[in-house]
Amino acid sequence: MTDKSMTPEEVVGQLHSGMTVGIGGWGSRRKPMALVRALLRSEITDLTVISYGGPDVGLLAAAGRIRRLVAPFATLDSIPLEPHFRAARERAAFTLTELDEAMFMWGLHAAANRLPFLPVRAGLGSDVMRVNPELRTVLSPYDDGEELVAVPALRMDAALVHLNRADRLGNAQYLGPDPYFDDLFCEAADAAYVSCEQLVETAELTKSGPPQSLLVSRHSVTGVVETPNGAHFTSCVPDYDRDEAFQKLYAATPWDEFSARFLSGAGEHDYQLAVRTWHEEQQ
Amino acid sequence: MTTTDATPTAPRAVSRAEYCVIACAEAWRDNGEVLASPMGLVPSFGARLAKRTFSPDLLLTDGEAMLVGLDGTAEGWLPYRRHLTMVTGGRRHVMMGASQIDRFGNQNISCIGDWERPARQLLGVRGAPVNTLNNPVSYWVPKHSKRVFVERVDMVSGVGYDRAEAAGVTRFHRLPRVVSDLGVFDFAGPGHSMRLASLHPGVTVEDVLAATGFEPAITGEVPYTREPTAGELRLIREVIDPQGLRDREVRV
Repeated sequence: MTDKSMTPEEVVGQLHSGMTVGIGGWGSRRKPMALVRALLRSEITDLTVISYGGPDVGLLAAAGRIRRLVAPFATLDSIPLEPHFRAARERAAFTLTELDEAMFMWGLHAAANRLPFLPVRAGLGSDVMRVNPELRTVLSPYDDGEELVAVPALRMDAALVHLNRADRLGNAQYLGPDPYFDDLFCEAADAAYVSCEQLVETAELTKSGPPQSLLVSRHSVTGVVETPNGAHFTSCVPDYDRDEAFQKLYAATPWDEFSARFLSGAGEHDYQLAVRTWHEEQQ
Repeated sequence: MTTTDATPTAPRAVSRAEYCVIACAEAWRDNGEVLASPMGLVPSFGARLAKRTFSPDLLLTDGEAMLVGLDGTAEGWLPYRRHLTMVTGGRRHVMMGASQIDRFGNQNISCIGDWERPARQLLGVRGAPVNTLNNPVSYWVPKHSKRVFVERVDMVSGVGYDRAEAAGVTRFHRLPRVVSDLGVFDFAGPGHSMRLASLHPGVTVEDVLAATGFEPAITGEVPYTREPTAGELRLIREVIDPQGLRDREVRV
């Protein structure tokens, strides 16, 4: 069977400018940050990003890589407002498709199920309809005749997600309490790339967690990347919590300064080293 | 109370934050077996007080992915996708925050100013649109001001009564109350507009009017928010919030 293991650089080598890229995780939780950082080291730009937004959105927005963002929010969780997302919005740096959280989820479900849309009781009456004039409604064909929003499928060219464990075939496992929507992202994309804390033998997967922790199956995965601490500085429980001190630094440091110190290296290893050095300086 | 105290101290007066906890708790009275989703400290304390006293069947979360009892014992799994099912299934009563709210309960947490290029980008609409069309939504405003209570919100995130009616989505739409640091409001005013339901002791109608960007409906003599019982006060002070975090959210 196909060994799908690759490096972050190889993943980015399969992406190109103008693509629609979905990013898994939620807020500042289990974001595929190593893959996002690899994207930042590339020349790829003009992206449509689909995300329950966290620092993935902030980083890509600050670096000017986003043409259009599809999101219900962007937050750092313990810091409610994502500073670089805010700054980018306030200078109208990208187009926003602002959806409700449930609309977004049903858009993922629709895409994963190859449906053009799914109906949802959300959005009507709110300004989500005003700022997304392309959204359509449908009438229930049954006796209730209710009008519902037809959330269009959030189909994507590529999805990036981060999980705790994976094998080389692309089977991936979450060990934290919440799957977020990572399986849907993978199934909603033409190509899906899974980074993980640890690549293990297939037989190891069911030893480290119950069968229902096997969230992502290999048929929906194109590439697998082992990136220890690869969700940093977001959380990846139970492997590690969010690096709150570093997140504060990220939120408080001017972009150019942050980028020069932590993101200008040749690879993920340089980033991890820069973070370790910074932590040592704080002792 | 022990009877052996040689020098009993005078009972500490009920603080504004404690009235706010009581007012928030009351939102979940008679709700039955639904998820209480509080956002903010004071609503969290309110939900816990309600569960400890008059609404024991409420479900609570740990703020992550578990349903938990008052002592933290996990009793269920509630990751985000199941949480959204609970919203659309209606078995939930959320108390959200509001950066802006108008007389019909339209709420904004998305941005301030023009949406195309906001003066202040905030969180985004989050789940406010789906919440307001599917399960009861109350609001908590820790600092009542004309910046929050506005004539028109800049981006309708949570849907108010007038917009719900105009869009024909009233089937499961219900906004039970708005609690602020000044008082409690419901939507029993003309055309489902905001009405001053009670004042927290120490607050006057004039205080409310001076801090509100529209005129809320006022019918007759406005009652005061009810007093906590001695047992409730003890629970708030000794069990639910012994560190006094409530006084950081409500600084009066």
